[in-house]
Amino acid sequence: MHDLTLAEMCRGLARRQFSSAELTRHLLARCAAANPAYNAFITLDEAGALAQAAAADARLAADDAPTLCGVPIAHKDIFCTRGLRTSCGSRMLDSFIAPYDATVVEHLAAAGAVTLGKTNMDEFAMGSSNETSWYGPVKNPWAPDCVPGGSSGGSAAAVAARLVPGATATDTGGSIRQPAALCGITGLKPTYGRVSRWGMIAFASSLDQAGPMARSAEDVALLLQAIAGFDERDSTCLDHPVPDYHAALDQPLDGLRIGVPAEYFDTGLNPGTERAVRDALAEFERQGARLVEVRLPHSDLAVPAYYVIAPAEASANLSRFDGVRYGHRCENPRDLRDLFMRSRAEGFGAEVQRRILIGTYCLSAGYYDAYYHKAQQARRLIRQDFLDAFAQVDLLMGPTCPNPAFAFGAKGGDPVAMYLEDIYTIAANLAGLPALSMPCGLVEGKPVGVQIIGNYFDEARMLNAAHRFQQATDWHRRAPAEVAA
Amino acid sequence: MAIERADIEKLSFLARIDITESTVAATTEGINRVLGLIDQLRAADTQGVAPLAHPLDIVQRLREDEVSETVDREVLQAIAPAVEDGLYLVPKVIE
Repeated sequence: MHDLTLAEMCRGLARRQFSSAELTRHLLARCAAANPAYNAFITLDEAGALAQAAAADARLAADDAPTLCGVPIAHKDIFCTRGLRTSCGSRMLDSFIAPYDATVVEHLAAAGAVTLGKTNMDEFAMGSSNETSWYGPVKNPWAPDCVPGGSSGGSAAAVAARLVPGATATDTGGSIRQPAALCGITGLKPTYGRVSRWGMIAFASSLDQAGPMARSAEDVALLLQAIAGFDERDSTCLDHPVPDYHAALDQPLDGLRIGVPAEYFDTGLNPGTERAVRDALAEFERQGARLVEVRLPHSDLAVPAYYVIAPAEASANLSRFDGVRYGHRCENPRDLRDLFMRSRAEGFGAEVQRRILIGTYCLSAGYYDAYYHKAQQARRLIRQDFLDAFAQVDLLMGPTCPNPAFAFGAKGGDPVAMYLEDIYTIAANLAGLPALSMPCGLVEGKPVGVQIIGNYFDEARMLNAAHRFQQATDWHRRAPAEVAA
Repeated sequence: MAIERADIEKLSFLARIDITESTVAATTEGINRVLGLIDQLRAADTQGVAPLAHPLDIVQRLREDEVSETVDREVLQAIAPAVEDGLYLVPKVIE
């Protein structure tokens, strides 16, 4: 049952070939059995999941079933889930039981999905390897001595290991796409403002976006359909019509113009990754698309600009964690200053502290112009590069990551070495553009992803291209050896 | 532009994060590495370029200044570390 895609599970449930209770029990058992090996989950909610499954079965029996009725999923532990611990991978929120559901959680519950639990992640979504979690690292099901990527490493590993057919995740600098690539699955970061951030713990408010991870473009389309849309409660959520993502999936690709940025095929790219990505591009040509070389001349500014803007926004967003209203509080604070300083020093891990300090520095008097203002100017140049490219092409494609999954500790504690893993993903967040990753090959037995970047609100066209690729190839159907039955 | 220990102490206070003697050296080194990365921005020619705050280059919408939400203090304070009579408890502020 766990090899079924999310779409197949929906159909199977609707046709009463199996019940949600059976499916949920089967996957819960897999999740529990796999956790010592992969550590993909921080919290498993067996009782809650079974209650939701029973309710789903009742609705299926009454023929009153919404689209995803009875399908088990997982939520990244950054989304508030009422009554369940919502830790954000941090000691700071280990004790935090969310008093409300995030909009993304509400939408998926309304669509009938069954939540099995909360997945592991880099602390406060800051990381590219899932090594910074308070709850320990997540292992890549394809190579357990390697990272799954981050920050949505738990969601990616859970989907890759067939513990759930789909999971929610978030992407601020690549945190959906990079783990999707390293774990051989499909993940999409929507246009900024496409999905509500209400109840999604904020890291960098002008960059964060929620999105789905699953094993195919068709499955991702189903999940995106459920979560996309306007929300009054998120002032950055945009009131833009939501298309029928499924309807567009099968369109032939004749005449599709695909831009290939020269800057994304430079010396830093692993040769095996490059071969796999170029093979994918050749498949698109076979299907009638035309490849066009384009330039994104300010690409080299993306990582530096991001590591000013994201930490600056994080320093503001994480100032709410003060030991007063929720979360970790130090013992016996001497005074108010001590309460704040020690609660935060104890509650936050090293990477989070580092980013808050850098953000504080970039915003401080005397440095604001040289760093923050400058980074925002660079951001406009980066966005303009994309606008210029989209005047000539419909989609951009290139590698998602410079290398396949790396070993734990391989970055040797050098933050910058880690940051450069996001070299191809970060620009889409700065520009607010939608972007996805899907598997296109294996290098040394480890998955490699091809990234598709679309114009604003063009997720339907991106998913169409991905789906047509997946109909002609089978990379997305491969399972890690440990998992393949 | 490298920073030194005195800068770290000032940042530590601004960010309200205690940096202990045992971690200050590692923290300083880590931050300096990142500053080396972000200093690459200095070389960029941004003459006459307006800063971009919102990725889609728009402004957040506003709403009417009318009460539209309710706050359930009991529910929200159930998860607080220290409360009494509807108030959050902190160490004495005024000497």
